[in-house]
Amino acid sequence: MTRSAVARTLVYLSLIAATVVVLLPLAAVVLTSLKSEKEMADDSGALALPDDLLNFGNYATAFEDGRMLSAFANTAIILVFAIGGTVLIGSMTAYAIDRFTFRFKKLVVALFLVAALVPGVTTQVATFQIVNSFGMFDSLWAPIVLYMGTDIVSIYIFLQFVRSIPTSLDEAARLDGAHAFTIYRRIIFPLLKPAIATVVIVKGITTYNDFYIPFLYMPSEDLGVISTSLFRFKGPFGAHWETISAGAVLVILPTLIVFLLLQRFIYNGFMRGATR
Amino acid sequence: MTDTTEKAAVQAPAGPVGAAPEPAPAPRTARLWRGATPWLFLLGPLALLIVFTYAPIANMVAYSFTDWDGVSPELHYTGAENYAELFTRSDLFEVFWVSGYYLAASVFQIVAALYFATILSFNVRFRNFFKGVLFFPYLVNGVAIGFVFLYFFQDGGTLDSVLGLFGVETDRAWLGTPESANTSLAAVSVWRYLGLNFVLFLGAIQSIPGELYEAAELDGANRWHQFRHIIAPGIKPVLSLTVILSISGSLSVFEIPYIMTGGATGTETFVIQTVKLAFQFNKTGLASAAAVVLLLIVLAVTWVQRRLVPDDKVDLA
Repeated sequence: MTRSAVARTLVYLSLIAATVVVLLPLAAVVLTSLKSEKEMADDSGALALPDDLLNFGNYATAFEDGRMLSAFANTAIILVFAIGGTVLIGSMTAYAIDRFTFRFKKLVVALFLVAALVPGVTTQVATFQIVNSFGMFDSLWAPIVLYMGTDIVSIYIFLQFVRSIPTSLDEAARLDGAHAFTIYRRIIFPLLKPAIATVVIVKGITTYNDFYIPFLYMPSEDLGVISTSLFRFKGPFGAHWETISAGAVLVILPTLIVFLLLQRFIYNGFMRGATR
Repeated sequence: MTDTTEKAAVQAPAGPVGAAPEPAPAPRTARLWRGATPWLFLLGPLALLIVFTYAPIANMVAYSFTDWDGVSPELHYTGAENYAELFTRSDLFEVFWVSGYYLAASVFQIVAALYFATILSFNVRFRNFFKGVLFFPYLVNGVAIGFVFLYFFQDGGTLDSVLGLFGVETDRAWLGTPESANTSLAAVSVWRYLGLNFVLFLGAIQSIPGELYEAAELDGANRWHQFRHIIAPGIKPVLSLTVILSISGSLSVFEIPYIMTGGATGTETFVIQTVKLAFQFNKTGLASAAAVVLLLIVLAVTWVQRRLVPDDKVDLA
């Protein structure tokens, strides 16, 4: 009895320790974002409470001077196109691969399989030249096309779901005279809703957070997305940690809200996405 | 009854669909259309795949044998010179040692994730809260994480203040020397990615049927026995996937060190170096050779893993 009580205590202690480790750095940044320039200069320590808990001045500065509005707008455009494209492309590929037999099918499947093994960061040196030759460098199209074209994980997620839809449904529709495209649009696509939700969530979060691709392909300041705009804070705000902190909180907040609203789906999405 | 027929229908290869018996022999054009249908669906995806994945790989291999600067219209074929430079210039190869810090960190990360996934898959109070706290960092923007921890590790910053609370007076620059800088950065990477491993393990553990634990308990197995004989074999596939993701992840670290130190004080990683070679020093040829080497290593690691742990499902029944 006592032994198991000790074990339980240790379990809770470890959980509390982990919670502190996760939340402390974030809490420090939230506190700092509410401090005034003068408080920062007085150097009361990172964990001291701000004088005014409702001092949102830094947020206004970060939002305006950091051009966060255009960053959110650019990110939203990329999200809509990249996610829409990924859903269409992923579901069409999965439908074609699972429901048809055709020549070179094995080769096509192998091409998608092998591509999944290639880490994106390794090929950017050469991808850059190709994107550049299409004239897409320094435009929103570069990230959109790259996010759409290289997402093998979502194809796998769709493939799993298409497999679970009975072919008898297709056949019934075919007997009623439906074409392959009608079957895809009227039967397969609507039944893929859970898979689509998964892909939208996983893709949405990774796209929102991606730094590498927009950083490489969209250097001009007008085309800043969330990540690159925040990254640019390093220059003008230099040591103004109260403004940088406010910017970081502004970027994290939407993620936190989405996470709290969709917790269960997000866990499931990432489990499916990673284990394929 | 319906169950079995449905299963049979799903398992049957898609063949019969295309070759379904027609009321009348189809005219030639119709047959042509049927042959073309899958390709109509695959046209876009395949084009994107080839243009943005395979063409770059092919080009990259070609560039790696040239001295191209990425801009000029002329490319000079230089044979294996880039590769020779890569393997003989110690400063170019040193970046691989930095991966060692991240590799060591991932061992810690996997063990910790496994521990938390195991205890949180049993009944624990505030379980969902702890789950959320552990997973949330994985969803946070990398640049924001970089700034959060730059502030955290600052001289007299959060970490120093906390240590001060415990009476440990350290006034050190955590990012000042190569060793402590790399350790600090690897710790940030654990903070960020532990949640993903944790959720994957949690999912795998929860897919193990509950009766197994009950049966084990009746046989007098304690928690450790249950972990050793039920959980560990049950999550083997996910565990091996995690190991391979960790290895390729450790080799291709980019964001956190680039954002936090820019690769200064010995924190430059392989990818940072490649990006710098290609886009700052215009050495596209050399950068391509570096990328090819990294790609080959990652593919080799994947291949070894597939050999050691075949993809089949573990059967617990």
